[in-house]
Amino acid sequence: MIQLPCPWCGPRNATEFHHRGEVTPRPEVASVTPEEWRRYLYFRRNACDWVEESWYHAAGCRRFFKVRRHTSTNEIVQAGRVQ
Amino acid sequence: MSQQDTHAARGTGRMRLGPQRGEVIDRTRTLSFAWNGRTFSAHPGDTIISALAAAGESCFSRSFKYHRPRGLLTASFHDPGCMVQVDDEPNVRGAHRLVEQGMRVSSQDTWPSLRFDVKATNRYVGRFLSAGFYYKTFMKPEFLWPAYQKVLRRFVHAGAISPNTPHEYYDKRYAHPDVLIAGGGPAGMAAAVAAARAGARVLLVEEEHQLGGHLRWADPAALVDLVAEVHATEGIEVLTNSAVLGRYDDNWIAVVQRNLPGIPERLIKARARTLIVAGGLIERPYVFAGNDTPGVMLSTAARRLINLYAVKPGNRAVVLTANDSGDAAVSDLQRAGVEVVHVADARAGGDILRVHGRQRVTAVELADGRRIKADLLVTATGWTAPTSLLNMAGDVPVYNPRAARFLPGGKAGGSVLAVGGIAGDGTLDQLCEHAATVGAEAARRAATRRYIQLQAVPTRNGHAPAEPSGEETTIPELPVAEHPELCRGKTHGIVDYSEDVSSKDLFMAVREGYDSAELAKRYTTATMGPLQGKLETINAIAVIAEATSRTIAETGTTTWRPMYVPVTLGALAGRIFEPVRHSPMQPWHVKNNAKPLIAGQWIRPDHYGDPAAEVRAVRNGVGIIDVTPIGKLDLRGPDVPKLLNLLYVNKWSNLGIGRVRYGVMCAEDGVVFDDGVTGRLGADHYLMSTTSSGAAAVWEWVENWLQTEHPEWQVHVTPMTTAYASINVAGPQSRELVGRLTEGVDLSPESFGYMNVRTGRVAGVDDCVLWRIGFTGELSYELHVPASYGLHVWEALLEHGKDLGVQPFGMEAQRILRLEKGHLIVGQDTDGLTKAYSAGLDWAVKLDKDDFVGKPELAWQKERGDGIRLVGVQPVDGRIVPPEASQIITSRGKIVGRITSSRMSPTLNRSICLAQVDAALAAPGTDVTVRLPDGRDITARVMPQLAHVDPEGKRQEIDGRASGLRPHAAPVARSPISPGDAVTRIADWTVNARPSHAALTIADYTPLAKIGVRGRHDGALAGALGTRFGRAQRLASGNGRRGDSDSDSNLVIGSGPGEWLVLGDPGSQDKLLTGVRSVAEETGEFASAIDLTHGRAMIRLAGERCADLLAKVCGIDLSDEFTPDGAAFRTSVAKLVTDVVRIDQDGVRGYILHCERSSGQYLFDSLLDAGAGFGIEIDGFPTSVAL
Repeated sequence: MIQLPCPWCGPRNATEFHHRGEVTPRPEVASVTPEEWRRYLYFRRNACDWVEESWYHAAGCRRFFKVRRHTSTNEIVQAGRVQ
Repeated sequence: MSQQDTHAARGTGRMRLGPQRGEVIDRTRTLSFAWNGRTFSAHPGDTIISALAAAGESCFSRSFKYHRPRGLLTASFHDPGCMVQVDDEPNVRGAHRLVEQGMRVSSQDTWPSLRFDVKATNRYVGRFLSAGFYYKTFMKPEFLWPAYQKVLRRFVHAGAISPNTPHEYYDKRYAHPDVLIAGGGPAGMAAAVAAARAGARVLLVEEEHQLGGHLRWADPAALVDLVAEVHATEGIEVLTNSAVLGRYDDNWIAVVQRNLPGIPERLIKARARTLIVAGGLIERPYVFAGNDTPGVMLSTAARRLINLYAVKPGNRAVVLTANDSGDAAVSDLQRAGVEVVHVADARAGGDILRVHGRQRVTAVELADGRRIKADLLVTATGWTAPTSLLNMAGDVPVYNPRAARFLPGGKAGGSVLAVGGIAGDGTLDQLCEHAATVGAEAARRAATRRYIQLQAVPTRNGHAPAEPSGEETTIPELPVAEHPELCRGKTHGIVDYSEDVSSKDLFMAVREGYDSAELAKRYTTATMGPLQGKLETINAIAVIAEATSRTIAETGTTTWRPMYVPVTLGALAGRIFEPVRHSPMQPWHVKNNAKPLIAGQWIRPDHYGDPAAEVRAVRNGVGIIDVTPIGKLDLRGPDVPKLLNLLYVNKWSNLGIGRVRYGVMCAEDGVVFDDGVTGRLGADHYLMSTTSSGAAAVWEWVENWLQTEHPEWQVHVTPMTTAYASINVAGPQSRELVGRLTEGVDLSPESFGYMNVRTGRVAGVDDCVLWRIGFTGELSYELHVPASYGLHVWEALLEHGKDLGVQPFGMEAQRILRLEKGHLIVGQDTDGLTKAYSAGLDWAVKLDKDDFVGKPELAWQKERGDGIRLVGVQPVDGRIVPPEASQIITSRGKIVGRITSSRMSPTLNRSICLAQVDAALAAPGTDVTVRLPDGRDITARVMPQLAHVDPEGKRQEIDGRASGLRPHAAPVARSPISPGDAVTRIADWTVNARPSHAALTIADYTPLAKIGVRGRHDGALAGALGTRFGRAQRLASGNGRRGDSDSDSNLVIGSGPGEWLVLGDPGSQDKLLTGVRSVAEETGEFASAIDLTHGRAMIRLAGERCADLLAKVCGIDLSDEFTPDGAAFRTSVAKLVTDVVRIDQDGVRGYILHCERSSGQYLFDSLLDAGAGFGIEIDGFPTSVAL
């Protein structure tokens, strides 16, 4: 099990977190086309590479935060507080 | 004892030698045990097989396919021929398991007996059992597969499982060693000592019953000093008879511990900063004809038997040696009185052709054709490095032809190191010196990691952690000794003993095209048996290499995977943690025979006997239902309306104080996600309710939008689900009943109308929230009562409603009532594709709002006007209740909808339903065909609206006046944790009054006043409270700003970023709240404080062993460095999100744990259970709390 560096609590077991997935910016609601919106809803890069993703420390500080994780090695280089 | 038994018992020990220097048996005591029904004796320390060998037995099992007799080969855990059944436990490693008095041991899968086995005829039909036998034989025709299964089942080589095996208690523990060492041989011990001396906490794991590895039989004198050093060095925890099962990401290491009294196995989940692999070398067998005949054994096996167990392995021996171990075996054998009739030295060209004999070796045929009479052949032909853990860390071992074995490839990463035989060769001193260097370097690397981790944790106390010093040490290379490459001789023999795969089978597999190691392995099942390649990998690769005319290096190795050794499923499951949640009224429900309904973690009443009668009571008089699991979120701040506007599809900007509105939440795809009512209690104060099952998800959803999309909004969200006991009082008489107990709220229809909210006192309990809403369609009041008083209010309602015919009702009655009223349930009448317009919620969706979650999808759905619709449906024949999920079909059988809810309505005396149908069929009066599960089709009619009863909504507007307040009993506050039978009162609370003076105690501290505070984590409030996230602190006295100036027992806990919990004496919450609010106001920051006294269950653990207790249920490092006195953290405890605060008292370690109130009893019981082994006792509530 990987350890995730929570920017608030320090390293914790991954089971304490909810994986929210790749960060996908929300399109502007007033002008969005169906294609853009569904791209936002359903399309993910799913790359075997460095991915910016969002996690929620559900069993800890209950903060959302972003990490850059390599999906093949699970190496994590940066953990940033959202707030 | 029968005559035969006496004879057998006297016979044991005929191969037992006199005392040996390294022996591990206790000759002063004798045990007896049964082997296949006969009685044998053993000394404590004997393994099952050593005791049997001492008695002259040499055959212990039959082989997998050919049922050939099998004896002792390695005399270790990994002996393939020594798997036996012990009582009702199958597949016991007989050469490892120690004899216990009275054990009943039997051979496995032999019929009618071990000596005469019918299936041994398999050897004559060997051609049917050749390589790929399963794939070739049992393929076609497919309809015979069940028959094949029965045949194959007979071939399964395993013991018998008893269906009556009692449920045993398995254990689990977390560990956080700096250095974990897998292997307690000389190198492992030297590394452990060096690492511990360098300041590391070391966990040393040894598979066998004693530390020492090969020194135990090779050099017992050197062993004594090393073991003494290990025991004398501080910081080393030694686990024997334990094995490292696997290494996972970030050095997450699974260890099985088998040496615990009363517990079959314990799983240790260790997060090691560095791992040292010190598994030593496993001697590998030699492949030649008859190499599996009892009497053929490895040099290490012969030496183990002689030196550890004082057992003579045979009488006349031939030895094939290619190394020191073989040479030493010769002298050991001679010393033990075995006649060594011939030594074939492989280094000088000596070789063995085959052995003769069936039940036991009778003669050995040498390469030159000489046939020597002997009952024992000892081989020493080389080693296998069990690089398993290195592989799991990403390493790819490299074959070294000079050493004739695989060596580490150096790709395991900086946190995994190797010592001992796995890393190389050398003298004992060289190996120990190398291991000491690695051990010290592992400690240094661990210290660096620990330093980085310490900097990241908020729980350590003020001063910065000391930066580790010391330069990186280059790890020296060990020499690699030359060893002849000896795998297969000139004849074919067994390669995989457990799977009965011979070198001939591998040759055949290669001929058939399976010419890579990975393919041939799967085709023949070589290396796939219980030993998982520990003995057979290199031989298998060598044979494949030979068959493909390649080298071993070119052929490459197969992949080692976890588990390294077998482990019981019980150990993997560990303790069973399944958090449950109860409402404060649960004791009443149990006493009154409520039929429990399991809804997620909640246990709630389904009904109390007759749901239809419960429905009638509500429609005709008044009923009360416990709806505590309804999700409740307290929302505070000026931007709450913005939040509500964003998350709900309807409008919230104009909700007045005292008003309640129903809201629907959709996800971004427009699918209905949750619903509930939200009321405005004050200018900047709202209470949101959610579905019971959606409470946790909605909270996370709200936090997600606040934290990631709108961090600038000033809103504080606090979950209050179990802070309130929720009771819905429903029925025409509900106003009268509520009025008899309520003070401070005018219940008259004109002042407290439908969809309004008030706060007041109910049955003497302050701060109750009353909603006038109606899920049931009746006049009803939903009371949210501070949870500790829930049972008090519930009982008061029943007491004062007697003359009104008040009746408790359960979930089933509520489901019927709401279906009669046509109220949908999200997740029941909607599914994962139901958008708001498909759920009949058109009226709620406000597309003229600028934005809300899911708006684009809903706008497009409205434009298209397609999709399904939720409608009320009634079967034409009202006696038929179509089961939920019955399909609605067209005349041609096409599915066009389904029944989502259906019941027999006690009010209408006919069946009623809600259904999803295609928009084309949704017009009122349409007849649809419903196909029942039994195949019948019935006709049902679409109704004009969802409600079947009172579609105009008159019943909830019923007029009337309450007669007024009645005298009632004084309120009693109760903890969710049972106080036991000796109770007393403190403030309003009933508490346990029986003190304990045990060394480890657990006490219910729920009555403490608890104030939740929210604000900026780094602002003035944080300064005023004097406590940062991750720490707890007593409020300093005399600063004039304390919430409670005359008590010393206020504790401020920094429980989250910008989140605090202030604790005080029982009953002090109002005072404390006022004080904290004034502190917050003075800062001028956006802050809020809220009374959580009734929302949290609180438990105090005290005693030196309480960290050991917690380590069984909590994965956090509980050392003084990471979580010293005053540390506060939230984590998972027994699978429950729990706040843990370390508060030592008078130097004795202690913790305060708190969780959501509804799981208090669960957490208490889990801790009590985990503490059973430490003599934990329940302590009463203290007469004076010192925090």
